[in-house]
Amino acid sequence: MRRKKSSSRFSGIRNRGINPQGFHTSQIKFYFILLPLVLFMLLPMVFIFSHAFKPPDELFAYPPRFFVTNPTFKNFNDLFSRLSRSGIPVSRYLFNSVLVTVVTVGASIVVSTTAAYALSKKRFKLKKVLFAINTVALMFVPIAVTIPRFLIIERLNLMDTFLVHILPGLAIPVGLFLLKQFMDAIPDEVVEAAQIDGASDVWIYWRIILPMIKPAMATMAILTFQATWNNTDVSTLYINSESLKTFAFYLTTLTTTTSGANAVAGQGMAAAASLIMFLPNLIIFIFLQSQVMSTMSHSGLKG
Amino acid sequence: MANQLPEGYSAQSLQAVAGGVTTKVGRARSGERPAQYVQPSAFRKWATKEGSAYAFLSMYALMFIIFIVVPVLVAFLLSFTYFDTIQTPTFNGLRNYVVLLTQDEVFMRYVLPNTIQFAVLVGPGGYVLSFMLAWTLAQLPKIPRTILALILYSPSMTTGVAMAVVWKTLFSGDQNGYLNSFLLGLNVIQEPIQWLQSPQYLMTIMIVVTLWSSMGVGFLAMLAGILEINPELYEVGSLDGISNRFQEIVHITIPSMKPQMLFGAVMSIVATFQAGAIGVTLSGGNPTPQYAGQLIVNHIEDFGFLRYEMGYAAAVSVVLLLMVLFFARFANRLFISND
Repeated sequence: MRRKKSSSRFSGIRNRGINPQGFHTSQIKFYFILLPLVLFMLLPMVFIFSHAFKPPDELFAYPPRFFVTNPTFKNFNDLFSRLSRSGIPVSRYLFNSVLVTVVTVGASIVVSTTAAYALSKKRFKLKKVLFAINTVALMFVPIAVTIPRFLIIERLNLMDTFLVHILPGLAIPVGLFLLKQFMDAIPDEVVEAAQIDGASDVWIYWRIILPMIKPAMATMAILTFQATWNNTDVSTLYINSESLKTFAFYLTTLTTTTSGANAVAGQGMAAAASLIMFLPNLIIFIFLQSQVMSTMSHSGLKG
Repeated sequence: MANQLPEGYSAQSLQAVAGGVTTKVGRARSGERPAQYVQPSAFRKWATKEGSAYAFLSMYALMFIIFIVVPVLVAFLLSFTYFDTIQTPTFNGLRNYVVLLTQDEVFMRYVLPNTIQFAVLVGPGGYVLSFMLAWTLAQLPKIPRTILALILYSPSMTTGVAMAVVWKTLFSGDQNGYLNSFLLGLNVIQEPIQWLQSPQYLMTIMIVVTLWSSMGVGFLAMLAGILEINPELYEVGSLDGISNRFQEIVHITIPSMKPQMLFGAVMSIVATFQAGAIGVTLSGGNPTPQYAGQLIVNHIEDFGFLRYEMGYAAAVSVVLLLMVLFFARFANRLFISND
């Protein structure tokens, strides 16, 4: 409220430059640069929405039309009424995806916040070294070690289990990094005061630290969600039984194995399925975006 | 394993509680210690002092070691062997690296140049683009800024499968393809082009598609960094004779948000090399048509999972990891030396 008052007094200044409070004519040029780009970025996403509701004759219309004219839920009905080639209903893939994603997001938050608490608020000899190792691991490209990971997962007897969806996605260096940086902003005095009062580490972690790092946890949740929900590699490489594969994987089979009479239905179902893939990403991010931004202001990496 | 996770967790919390309790006890009656504390072993001392920290770290550390550290080490070791996944690996020294550098024609003629071209355009290109967009967004009030930032960020959430459907339809090779139909309508082209199957277009499409989805976490970090800068700095700057927006960016904005710039750089380097699967996704097969979209990641997959030459594939992985590390070092230099 105080800000609003001062902004009305100094509106001429406050509405210009970085982070303005209101509209000013000088901003028009920025809209002018941004809007065409934003429209371009938006096109494929508008396309996902419009394509999913197209009836078959519009999907294959010539000349093709970008926007749907007679929207229908036929594609979604087709998608959910059909069994995959091995007799698994689509809802099973969707259930797997939801379960895997929920468990992975929950577990990765527990795993990373506990580690971040140790790295940020505890004193021990290897603290700096371990954080430095994690910082180097920010540069880790998981796709590069697909083969050794495959061998390790085989050796650990994790092939074709539910756990193989979850475990490899738990240690996310970027997530730990963001959580630790965010936690560093909590003054040590808060923790010390609780220690003097006789609080245990678990109590401090649970009652003091976690409530204060909610934005960073939300960000972590989004990152893990995206990585898990959109993942097809696990189902492709480590899972043999169809009943354990995920929805993202099923979507890839829709686009590649459609031939003959199925091709028409396949196109429509793929369009519907890609909307189902995309929507949760968008919804979660819209709800948590302010948390993400406040986490990101602690994201700095010192050289 | 299924039961171990929750169990491990409770064991640690118990241990952590125990650690907390013993320190309290130790502090409270430092004069009259119970018998077992008369001669505390070195281990017990360590356990009370640092043990709980390691207990908190243990779950992450375990996952980190199993799925990051060990794979990197295994890749490194395998890269010195011949391994066809059936027989035990046999040591063959630097042979894989020598073959990679001297005899792998596909790697030298297509994969390496492609990767460098792709990385240079998508990495620094996407990075500069995200900074410019973040800076432009920062000039707007909160509500339009948030909406536009959300739109710009949203492509990065959808990389992979969902988008493959869209891009394949848009760039479809027959006259039903949206781009073909659009260009035919404008009379720019006379007959439909096989966009995703023709070597001369595939790379360009890969770059456009990857740039489109490159406004990710790094972009958000930079936007937050720009917004965090103390506005007084700009006032001081204008007193010091900074007269235009460009000077402001070079002398105030970038120097005050170097940590975020570095974070963004690292994220964009990783995203660039991580995006390697895009060519195969778009063209629908590995190898890509005439190796036009073949990147180092596809080369690894080609040798590892199609030809089962795991040792050789591991050597290529090591080269990839070293490339990422090299570029990250370079970014590091860039943002430190200016201090």
